[in-house]
Amino acid sequence: MSAALAAEQALNGLQLGLMLFLMAAGLTLVLGIMDTINLAHGSLYMTGAYLAAATYAAAGSFLVAVAAAVVGTALIGALLEMTVLRALYRRDHLSQVLATFAIILIANEAIRMTWGPQPLALPTPRALSGPVELLPGFLYPAWRLVLIAAGLGVAVLLFILVTYTRAGMRVRAGASNREMAEVMGVDVKRLFTVVFAIGAALCALAGALLGPLLAVQVGMGESILILAFVVVVIGGIGSIRGAFVGALLVGIVDTAGRALLVPALASIAIYVLMAAVLFWKPQGLFPARG
Amino acid sequence: MKTGSVALALALAMTSAHAADKVKVGFLSTLSGPGGALGVDIEDGFKLALKSTGNKLGGLPAELVVVDDQQNPDVAKQATDRLLKRDKVDLMTGIVFSNIMLAVGPTIFDAKTFYVSANAGPSQYAGAQCNPYFFNVAWQNDNLHEAVGKHVAEKGFKNVALVAPNYPAGKDALTGFKRYYNGKVADEIYTKLGQLDYAAELAQIRATKPDAVYIFLPGGMGINFIKQYAAAGLAKDVPLFGPGFSADEDVIRAAGDAMNGMYNASQWAHDLPNAENRKFVADFEREYGRLPSLYASQGYDAALLIDAAVRKVKGNLDDKEALRAALASADFKSVRGAFKFNRNHYPVQDYYLRVVEKDAKGRVTNRTVGTIFKDHADAYANECAMK
Repeated sequence: MSAALAAEQALNGLQLGLMLFLMAAGLTLVLGIMDTINLAHGSLYMTGAYLAAATYAAAGSFLVAVAAAVVGTALIGALLEMTVLRALYRRDHLSQVLATFAIILIANEAIRMTWGPQPLALPTPRALSGPVELLPGFLYPAWRLVLIAAGLGVAVLLFILVTYTRAGMRVRAGASNREMAEVMGVDVKRLFTVVFAIGAALCALAGALLGPLLAVQVGMGESILILAFVVVVIGGIGSIRGAFVGALLVGIVDTAGRALLVPALASIAIYVLMAAVLFWKPQGLFPARG
Repeated sequence: MKTGSVALALALAMTSAHAADKVKVGFLSTLSGPGGALGVDIEDGFKLALKSTGNKLGGLPAELVVVDDQQNPDVAKQATDRLLKRDKVDLMTGIVFSNIMLAVGPTIFDAKTFYVSANAGPSQYAGAQCNPYFFNVAWQNDNLHEAVGKHVAEKGFKNVALVAPNYPAGKDALTGFKRYYNGKVADEIYTKLGQLDYAAELAQIRATKPDAVYIFLPGGMGINFIKQYAAAGLAKDVPLFGPGFSADEDVIRAAGDAMNGMYNASQWAHDLPNAENRKFVADFEREYGRLPSLYASQGYDAALLIDAAVRKVKGNLDDKEALRAALASADFKSVRGAFKFNRNHYPVQDYYLRVVEKDAKGRVTNRTVGTIFKDHADAYANECAMK
C-alpha cells in the first residue's frame, strides 16, 4: 500500500468514526443516565435526514436545511421523551426494547406516508461536491473533509459542555449515580428531557451531514444504529469520552478491515474488536460508573 | 399456437367447463421498509393497466388482493397460505425479491396456481427447477448484467473493477457480467450487505486505476455508492456502469446529478418508441406524477399478460392446460416491444443500453442509446426439462 493510499484510508476511518460519534454520544448518555435502551435512536437520525432533505428542497440552502433538521429533531426528541420514554424508565429493559422497537416501525411508516416510499435527494452543496487536492496527486472528497471538521467541532463543544459547565456536571453526576444526583437536588426529569433532545439533535446533525453521501430512505436508521451500539459498548456506557474513542476505533478498524482483509473477515472486524475489548474490559474502555 | 387451440377445443368440449365470474389476483409484494419503493412501483404499474382495461382482466371483473410481505420470507409464506386457501386467488404476482420467490414458490405451484413474476427471476426456476406454473415477465436475474458485460467488452474496456455485495445474488450478478465480458478484472470487491460507507473501497479503486467500474448494489447501497463515487471525483475519469435497476428512476431521484453519465442496460426504457409504451408512460405520469421505473413497466406488462391469457381461454380459469398455453403464447403488446417466452417460461427479448443525463425538460433521467442484445435468452433454459 502506498503512503497516499494509507493516508486516504486513515482519513476515511477518522471521518466514519466521527459520524458514528455523533450517533453514539446521544445513545450512550440515554443509556448511561436514564438506564434506558432506546432502539428508536436510529429513527431520530432518519428524521433528521428527511427534515434536511425536505427543507433543502423547499429552501435551497444547505445551512438552513441542517439548522431545520437539528432544531426540528431536537423538538421531536423532547416530545418523544415527555410522552413515551418517560413511561418506560421504571420498567425493565425488555419493555423498553419492545416499546422503542414499536417507535421504529411507527417512524418508518410515518415517514413513508409523509414523503413516499422512494428515497429522497439531498445533494452536496455545489462548491463542495468534488474532491480537493490535499497534496500533489492526493485527492480527497471535499465533503468528507467537512464531515471531519464538523465531527471534531462537535466533539470539542461536547467536551467543554460536559467537563466545564454546571449542566455538564449534572449530566456526569446522573451518569455515575442517578439516585445520589437526585438526592443532591438535580431536577432529573428536566435533565432527562434536555439530554434526550441533545442526543436527538446530534443524530439529526449526522443524518443531515451524511445525506449527501448516503441514501435518504426509510429504514436508514437501523443499519447505523447497530454500529452506534457497538461504539457505546466498546467505549463504556454513559461516557462521552468513551463514545469518542470507541467511535474512532470502530471507524478505523472497519476501514482498515475493508482495505486489508477478505470480505468475510472485514465484515466481522468491528465485532471481533468489541469482543476483545469486553474480554479485557468488561465495562468498556471508559466506564462512567466506577 | 396449435397446442393452444387444441387445449381450447378440449376445454370447450368438457361439460364441467364454464367461465368464471371474476378473476382474483393475489398481489404479494414488498410494500414497506427499505425495499418498499420497488413493490409500490410494481403495484402502481399493475393497477394502471387495470385502470386502462376498465378494471377487467380478459373481460372479467378483476379483483386484486394486495398483501405486503415486508421483505420477510416467513411473512410471505403465511400470506401465501392465506391468499391460496382463504381468498382462493386464481393467479399470483408481485414478488420483488428472489429469496422470497424461492421461499413461497413450492406452495404456490403445489396449489396448481399460476405465478406471473413481475420482477424476481431466480436462476433455479429458469433451469432444473423450472415449473409449469411459473412465468416470468421481467427477466432472468443474470440478464441485465450480461448485457452490460457485453457492452463494456465491445466498447474496448480491458481493465474493469467489479463491486457487489457479499451474498449469493451479488456473486451471481458478477458471474453474469463476466459471462460476456472477457477482459481483465482489475479488482473484484465484495462488500458487506447493506454497507453504508464505501470510502475504503473507493480509495482502493482509485489506487488500482481501472478503466471502468461495474457495480451491482441494489437499493440504498447503490445510492450510497454512486453519491460517494461522484464526491470522490472518480466519475470524471472512470466511467461507471450498472444494471438497469441500479440506475432507474428510484435511484436517480435520490442520487440526482451524481448519476449523470452512468451507462446501464435494461429490457425497457421510458423513451422506447412504441405506441403502447408512449401511452403507458403518459398515463403513469398523469396518474402518479412521476416517471415510471422498469419495475412499474413490469407490473403493467404482468397485468396485460394475464388479461390476454384470460381472454384467450374465454374466462375458463379451471382449465389449467389451456391457461398455461395461453400464458405461454404471450399474446399481448408489451410496453418493451417484442416479447416472447422461452420454453422455461422466461423472456426472450431485446436489451437496451441507456445513459443517465438531463433531458429536454431539464430532468435527470435515462436516454436509450442503442440495442445490446436482440432476442436474448437466459443461460439456464437448457437445463429445464419443460417443453
